Amino acid sequence: MPSLGADMEAGRLVEWHVKPGDAVKRGDVVAVVESDKGAIDVEIWETGTVAEILVAPGTKVPVGTVLATIRADGEPIRGTPPATAAPSVTPTTAPPPPPTAPAAPPVPPTTAPPPPPPSPGPVLTVRASPAARQRARELGVDLSGLAATATGPSGAISVRDVERAATPSPPPAPLAPPTAPDMRRAIGSAMARSKREIPHYYLATEIDMHAAVKWLEAENRTRAVADRLLPLVLLVKAVARAAVEIPEMNGLWVDGAFRPSSAVHVGIAIALRGNAGLVAPALHDVQSRPVADLMPALADLIRRARSGHLRSSEMTDPTITVTSLGDQGVDAVYGVIFPPQVALVGFGAITERPCAVGGMLGVRPRITATLSADHRASDGHRGALFLTAMGRHLAAPEALA
Amino acid sequence: MSAPAKPTPADDELDAALRALLAGIAPDADVTRLDSTSDIRSTLDIDSFDFLQFVIGVKERLGVEIPESDYAQVRTLESCVRYVAQRRRPTPS
Repeated sequence: MPSLGADMEAGRLVEWHVKPGDAVKRGDVVAVVESDKGAIDVEIWETGTVAEILVAPGTKVPVGTVLATIRADGEPIRGTPPATAAPSVTPTTAPPPPPTAPAAPPVPPTTAPPPPPPSPGPVLTVRASPAARQRARELGVDLSGLAATATGPSGAISVRDVERAATPSPPPAPLAPPTAPDMRRAIGSAMARSKREIPHYYLATEIDMHAAVKWLEAENRTRAVADRLLPLVLLVKAVARAAVEIPEMNGLWVDGAFRPSSAVHVGIAIALRGNAGLVAPALHDVQSRPVADLMPALADLIRRARSGHLRSSEMTDPTITVTSLGDQGVDAVYGVIFPPQVALVGFGAITERPCAVGGMLGVRPRITATLSADHRASDGHRGALFLTAMGRHLAAPEALA
Repeated sequence: MSAPAKPTPADDELDAALRALLAGIAPDADVTRLDSTSDIRSTLDIDSFDFLQFVIGVKERLGVEIPESDYAQVRTLESCVRYVAQRRRPTPS
């Protein structure tokens, strides 16, 4: 049972996506686990064949419990399970990446909202988890009839819905989804810890977005609707580039020291609908990916955050977080750092503002960017250089993309 | 240009289709009660990502592409129905 936060003690194994005999490779999602932070898709760190499933769906177990055993390729099949030397499926407290930032499980306030009430209008598409679709195929169940009574996240059809439709026998007791109070408590404890332990300092700067806005407009005129870019993707890329230049902003504070990360995995603060909470999962390796690659990845991340299908690596890997509240119309946000990260970048709305342009009064789209940083890892001077670097990158969007 | 026409049955169908799209994006909101003249984004608490999904939905389901420069013309359900209807109807001679 992985630890998905420093204060997590136990989790409930909700669903297995593999069975004994299945081949798995590192990074595959093998199970769904539920904690008070929501449902997380658990990825496996080993490559091999599933030997034995040790924890049945619906069972709650302490963090660290072996959930299943994996036989590495080439290893002979062993007789009886328990003391097998095969590596176990516990992506626990030691995820290898990012290379220079070691183990300590971070406490990002994480994932999925409780399943929202069924939507009042007609359902246009049949949304179902991949596991549900497979089960439906196996059992010969028509998914379209289940849409109205779906119990999965965001009204998607879950494996349980399919099985309930197929069999006359009563389904297993429904798993209680994490309720808003649990999520609120998880966020509260992470933020309280942050304020207790991290000496925050705050800087703000106004960044000219004229070039960036023009570039985005031109790009989106040529792109298909489904491929349109949002300003956020450019902002996030600028943060990543600046983080490479000022590394004291990118990494984790662990055991009294700053562990910089060579990769920039940007946590994207995503508000969950219906005031269900906040999660900030990682967009990986932003510094080296083109915007054309980042935009669909960002869209996928947001969708999965809101439907409760984030992956464990996304919860534990952020090295810096971005929160953008421009859509809500605020000018600036002075955020709270997500421990054990050491910096948080905030963005307000892009608005037309009067400013000096070539010695005359002009009007340009501008944005207020803020930095909340850990004074143990950096001083204001370095923070200022970081914000300046961001502004420089956003002034040259073609090179940034 | 003549005054806006009375809503036709086709418009009502469009209204329903647009509401359904919005319901998919904002499952926690009661889209059936959304006033046609209210600002969609602020009333349903829809951010720019959600709005883009709505625009993608309009293109995929109703065949009408809304360029970014026209976003201001589709702020309410009423204006959106008008916008989409005009682009679906064959142009008058």
